[in-house]
Amino acid sequence: MFLLVNSLLFVLYLDLTFVSGLNLPARPTKGEVWPKPQLQVSYQKSYLVNPQTFTFHAVAENCKLLERAFDRYLEIINKSMISSETYGYSEQDDDMYEANKEFVGYLDSLNVLLMEPCNHITVPAHTMEEHYILNITTETSNSILSASTIWGILRGLETFSQLLYSTDREMLKINCTTIVDYPRFPHRGLMVDTSRHFIPVGKILKTLDAMSYNKLNVFHWHLTDDDSFPYQSTKYPNLSKMGAYTKSHVYSQSDVKTIIRFAAERGIRVIAEFDTPGHSISWGKAMPELLTTCYTNGVPNGRYGPIDPTKNSTYSFFENFFDEVAEVFPDQYLHLGADEVLPFCWKSNPNIKKFMKEHNIESYKELENYYIQKILNISHNLTKKPILWEDAFTNSVNLTSSTTVQIWKDLKIIGGWKRTADKVTKAGLPILLSACWYLDRLESGGDWRKFYNCEPLSFIGNDQQKALVLGGEACMWTEVVNQYNIESRVWPRASAVAEKLWSAENADTYWNAAKRLEEHACRMNKRGIEAQPPNGAGFCI
Amino acid sequence: MYVLRNILLLLTFLGVIAQIACYIVEPGPTVRATKGAVWPKPQRQISSDSFYIVRPQAFEFRVVAENCDLLQNSLQRYLDIINGSTVSQPISKNLVQKRHYYKPWRADKNFMGYLDTLDVLLTDPCKDIDLPTHEMKEQYILNITSEGTGTVLSASTIWGILRGLETFSQLLHATDEKALQINCTTIFDFPRFSHRGLLIDTSRHFIPMIKLFKTIDAMAYNKLNVFHWHITDDQSFPYQSLKYPELSEMGAYTSWYIYTPSDVQKIIRYAAARGIRVVVEFDTPGHTRSWGEAFPDLLTPCYANGVPNGQYGPMDPTKESTYSFLQKFFEEVVKVFSDQYLHLGADEVGYECWESNPDIKEYMEQHGLTSYRQLEDLFVQKLLDIVHNLKAKTIIWEEAFTNGLQLRNDTVVQVWKDWSIGGWKWTTYRATRAGLQVLLSACWYLDHLSNGGDWQKYYDCEPTDFGGSEQQKELMKGGEACMWAEVVNENNIESRVWPRASATAEKLWSAKDAETKQEAAKRLEEHTCRMNKRGIQAQPPNSAGYCIL
Repeated sequence: MFLLVNSLLFVLYLDLTFVSGLNLPARPTKGEVWPKPQLQVSYQKSYLVNPQTFTFHAVAENCKLLERAFDRYLEIINKSMISSETYGYSEQDDDMYEANKEFVGYLDSLNVLLMEPCNHITVPAHTMEEHYILNITTETSNSILSASTIWGILRGLETFSQLLYSTDREMLKINCTTIVDYPRFPHRGLMVDTSRHFIPVGKILKTLDAMSYNKLNVFHWHLTDDDSFPYQSTKYPNLSKMGAYTKSHVYSQSDVKTIIRFAAERGIRVIAEFDTPGHSISWGKAMPELLTTCYTNGVPNGRYGPIDPTKNSTYSFFENFFDEVAEVFPDQYLHLGADEVLPFCWKSNPNIKKFMKEHNIESYKELENYYIQKILNISHNLTKKPILWEDAFTNSVNLTSSTTVQIWKDLKIIGGWKRTADKVTKAGLPILLSACWYLDRLESGGDWRKFYNCEPLSFIGNDQQKALVLGGEACMWTEVVNQYNIESRVWPRASAVAEKLWSAENADTYWNAAKRLEEHACRMNKRGIEAQPPNGAGFCI
Repeated sequence: MYVLRNILLLLTFLGVIAQIACYIVEPGPTVRATKGAVWPKPQRQISSDSFYIVRPQAFEFRVVAENCDLLQNSLQRYLDIINGSTVSQPISKNLVQKRHYYKPWRADKNFMGYLDTLDVLLTDPCKDIDLPTHEMKEQYILNITSEGTGTVLSASTIWGILRGLETFSQLLHATDEKALQINCTTIFDFPRFSHRGLLIDTSRHFIPMIKLFKTIDAMAYNKLNVFHWHITDDQSFPYQSLKYPELSEMGAYTSWYIYTPSDVQKIIRYAAARGIRVVVEFDTPGHTRSWGEAFPDLLTPCYANGVPNGQYGPMDPTKESTYSFLQKFFEEVVKVFSDQYLHLGADEVGYECWESNPDIKEYMEQHGLTSYRQLEDLFVQKLLDIVHNLKAKTIIWEEAFTNGLQLRNDTVVQVWKDWSIGGWKWTTYRATRAGLQVLLSACWYLDHLSNGGDWQKYYDCEPTDFGGSEQQKELMKGGEACMWAEVVNENNIESRVWPRASATAEKLWSAKDAETKQEAAKRLEEHTCRMNKRGIQAQPPNSAGYCIL
């Protein structure tokens, strides 16, 4: 703590020495995009946009998904306005604007050119294409947003809405701009834990909204854990009836559908995680037979450990359960957890020992391996691609290249996440990075910088290995997070992760990113997201 | 940063060990909440298993002695709170159990009947215009007896009654959607320290009125009694002055991020109605950059290579005009803010700009000043004189004392540093030895974040733990949790302050070592849900869990 205080002191000292102007740490930009586009050329020439009359025109393919996106973005554009009373607008300002030599005219509509039909599409897949081109040229008619897929159009609409910035009159302004944009990594996620604290559906929907403002495309739903089981299963309703905190802390099937549809409309995949064999004590409320009975001095002590890997009934249960899950969650990926399996309870249980002897299983790691192989088979038979936390790999479970490994540990003494990333990719497995993006790790001040500082490809390894990095996820574990602080805790800190995963490597310096993030946090506030201040003293209009 | 990371690593490592040690996590909340336990813990409380049922619709307070609007309004407020304390679903451990049968308490041998009135006995007359002062008495006695009669809340002052009403409302806990339960209880309660504050910085980020009201509400739920309003700083000047409206016109972030005179009065009245003093801070001579937007002459121009470089430093202590300005300004301030105390800041005065300025050098030579400390001393002395002539008592940050200024012995020193040699304890020891009163904040900085439910570090801090004689300890007047707003605005202030500041509130109200952290954690789990229920966005205090709303 002493050193921490010293570094704070240092910051204070810096504050004192910067005595120029009202010393805001970062002046917000105007109409800059977050995450930073891959290629962008901007000009001084600008249009005014009247939100009241502005429209989008679908000039090629069209579908409901697209129409709804238009509606959404028209509303967002409307919200971007600042009321005229705030600024003291007068009509003379109009003439002044029109006299400005950089003024090109009024942009009344944007043509949207979608090449591939989208009628049959319901949810985005891991293979989704998000490339788009946005051209705001000096000739109104040439201004166009184009993409081959609906997902690209969604990203482009977000970019377009961010280019608009408010002026001191009842209009928004947009500079002439050409943007060619696409994500650096295909998997850009946010994990939210709804077991430690139940997060109401309304807050999840707001989280999805904010994800789309940051071009994140995977909602990793850590649905269950030791603490509670809020997922209402159709086949096993007792799981949530007995395992949820209370009957009002439950996600019904219709809640789940709402969330998946809401996410899909924003180009966001929903990957459910049902974590086993550890982190599963809450399953035992309804089905104690799933869990290992712990023993003390040769007798059961009333406690339960991880899933019991020795019983056939366990696997027939999971076959049924995951059969349901595979249907409810349409994404091709399924997260199976497999982290932090502790062998103490297994060790204490004589039946487990007996089983191990009978099956020539010599270690508890092998026992874990035995369980995970079976679960992987189940998911394989359901044609789902599994994601596992790194523990499964580091515990030498044999994994095939269809399994994705999510890296979350960063113990520097043993080489940190980079060493793990090197080892896993060397074994030919795709990875997701989360180790440097744990949002529950707090520091004083605007600590997005530490997340921004993490470069996913900075581990040692060859090009083939690096090609196995699918992306990563910011993780919001909810021990001390609930509906009251999730928004301000996640945003804009997860925005840093979003930019690392979308934009080009070294796309921007901290200092410039800070200014853009200052604008972006205010933008999120304006859209109703309770993002906290990213940098330091300041204000939003 | 490298070292900091290592510390984090170490913490992670320890976390892993802790995890292995308690490898079996039981389903359900990590810390089970108490039911009807009071936060902060009363000085003395005896409870029994006998209980009453309170039906909010039928319940009323009965004023049996002195009365006034202040009291009537408070009773109404607490009736509303009691009304809102019921829950939307039955409290039941087992969720598959069928909905419990009608009025289950009737079968309980401890059920004493329905409590429909609480007598409120106030002995001193109260007036509607009463404002709490630093001398206010907050002692109260609350008696919920098993005989039905003699169920009474009594206090000599309205402020004691307010604290007692808060306690009463906390004793009630929901049983189902219509009824609350209260156990028979005798409470004799009073604060350990008279000054129990929360500092809110409204300069780094503007905090809208509605959030200030909510903050004051939550303070009342925690029996805090001083709202320390750090209203200006370098970054912005949101206070709209009557005499110098230019200050906020030019120094506020924008023209609508200001507190008008009427806003300020609203805050003072709102706080007073809850027994909370508003102590305003106008920090000088440092932290004043925003004053210079309208009045650059107040500040010291900084020089580089012998010419002004366009930057400004602390207030210019060499000009008479500075003092005449401050004289008029503080004349207004003491009228607007009725509390007897005024916070003058005087922290973190950087000397670089003074050092660079040739006029300052010349002045110092002429007046025989040999150090910049003496120059700072000169300014602070003159300011203290101004304020003392206005009959205000002063609070200043510790630097004024540690820099060796001569302070009148009724000056209160607020200790905030904990990294100086010897930490806050040594500073407190020295200040009290010099006969000065002390407020402690060093261990209660709410902007210092750590992972998890970090209220415990605030709870660990014992204000009298600085050595010293009994007389010295008498000079410890209390303390304040401080919410500096560099990265806090309307979006996160509630969840950042609460329930973390609740830990400070208990340290300042309850008896020394009133409770272990483990036991306090259970009460805080309940108290947090209670605040949530009353509309305060308090974050989870401990770990996994839930509230029934």
